[in-house]
Amino acid sequence: MTISSIPAIHATALVKSFGDVNAVSGVDLTVQPGEIVAFLGPNGAGKTTTIDMMLGLTPPDGGDVKVFGLSPRAAISRGLVSAVLQTGGLLKDLTVRETLDLTASLFADTRPVAEVLDRAGIADIATRRVGLCSGGQQQRLRFAMALLSDPGLLILDEPTTGMDVEGRRAFWNAIRADADRGRTVLFATHYLDEADEYADRIVLMSRGTIVADGATAEIKNLVSGRIVRVTLPDADTSALSMLPAVDDVSVQGDRVTLHTSDSDALARHLLTYTAARDIEITSQNLESVFLALTSEGVSA
Amino acid sequence: MTTPIVPSAATAGLTDRASAGRVQLDRRVPPLGGFTLTYLRIELARKLRNRRTLLFTLIFPVMMFLIVGYPMRDVPLTDTAVADGGPSVAAFIMVSMAMYGAMMSATQTGASVAVERAQGWSRQLRLTPLNPLVNVLIKMIAGMLLGLVAVIATYLVGAISGIQLSPAQWISTGLVGWLLASAVFTTLGLMVGYLVPGENAAQVTSLAIVLLAFIGGLFYPVSSMPDFMQTIAAFTPVYGISELARAPLTGAGFDLAALANALVWFAVFLIGTVVFFRRDTKRV
Repeated sequence: MTISSIPAIHATALVKSFGDVNAVSGVDLTVQPGEIVAFLGPNGAGKTTTIDMMLGLTPPDGGDVKVFGLSPRAAISRGLVSAVLQTGGLLKDLTVRETLDLTASLFADTRPVAEVLDRAGIADIATRRVGLCSGGQQQRLRFAMALLSDPGLLILDEPTTGMDVEGRRAFWNAIRADADRGRTVLFATHYLDEADEYADRIVLMSRGTIVADGATAEIKNLVSGRIVRVTLPDADTSALSMLPAVDDVSVQGDRVTLHTSDSDALARHLLTYTAARDIEITSQNLESVFLALTSEGVSA
Repeated sequence: MTTPIVPSAATAGLTDRASAGRVQLDRRVPPLGGFTLTYLRIELARKLRNRRTLLFTLIFPVMMFLIVGYPMRDVPLTDTAVADGGPSVAAFIMVSMAMYGAMMSATQTGASVAVERAQGWSRQLRLTPLNPLVNVLIKMIAGMLLGLVAVIATYLVGAISGIQLSPAQWISTGLVGWLLASAVFTTLGLMVGYLVPGENAAQVTSLAIVLLAFIGGLFYPVSSMPDFMQTIAAFTPVYGISELARAPLTGAGFDLAALANALVWFAVFLIGTVVFFRRDTKRV
């Protein structure tokens, strides 16, 4: 087994609860080197807890996680994995450059401080005290710190929080450039747009489990489109599912639910050529997909 | 999903970064758990530009010596007159104030470890190879170095003021005071920091130290206190270490009770640190 064939992340049956709350209940996830994976889910889905376990910040109650075949702590010691977390504190009395000098000194090998300052777009505030930096600037400093060890895996928890539009763009451009060099990136977000635009794989998490995992286009299809519900006794589901732009058909009694990317055409067809009545069209969104996937226990 | 993005410097327009090459996965672990002189230097720089730290650690002891100690430079501490080579009360105050500086530095260092933990900095450091114990060690060394500066500064001012001690007395009082104050009060600072995490920890401990210093006989001899105060004083944490540090002044040796006091308090603060640290970890 060569080093490049070892998964960047290999998590099996991860479980973590806090008191009565099951934050993570059985997560299996394998990420190959070079992938950009979005970890998508509503607040409280268990994304942050899962990430904490991948970084060895929280010990799992059950299951195991390996980073490049090593324990998270061993991977961190080698600078193989770094992270930008929501909770990471900074020393307010240090300057931006001192913070990076200090962090760099702790690793065996690092990129030059000047380079990461530049890449994170904070070279102009290098001499500023951290306490005087805006939230977005502090977030970029955390990003610069994470870049120092030139990690094989970069984990980002809601990385663009507090950044302005310009900052976001610069940030994602830097991430993209890194991925081209073979860096694996896993980022948590609750914005579908961010996941759609920058990830090549989306892992949907809800209520402590992974409810869907697939290529971005696949997941986006699942989340986009409309739901059309009609009352149609004795519906011919196979005929309905053959209709253009219909992805999915399900029947409960007389009630038929269709998932479509073209609700206008479908509605016109149903009302014109079938006995369908009581039509109801709702737009699909992330929340409803989460709910549907969670309650039905479906895995895409 | 097994198709990694194919690197293409040409299409991505990143030829300037091509020199960085592919991300390497063959890595080394740093030696010494991440102990570096860079971190130590930055820790020292942080202390030296913190006005409050400088005020309490360096300026306050020197000022107190000049105000309280200097006028007593001819008052003998023992039966031997100062003119005959006996120690003065000023020397007593000098040793005490030097210790006060070392105590302050040590306590603030201990407290800052817990404060930085509460602020999430320790969590940030856990994303680096730095061993958490090495982190505490580096901060302790920085705190002790500042404490040493306080001791030396106070002794320098004392020497310039005309205090006469033998070389052995200068070194033994300074060294004993510095090391004992550092050991006992770093652990006190750590304990209070874990007990009261947050910005207030440093202030709480600074105030506690002033009170403990008074009752422990750092500002004036315990022997000149009322009897019941003397009894109480003997059981407070500053008493033991200051008696030990000043013992070389009189040449009368030290009381075993003072040694017991120092060891017991050190043990109490150490155990307290471990207990409160565990409780703190559970909560997070």
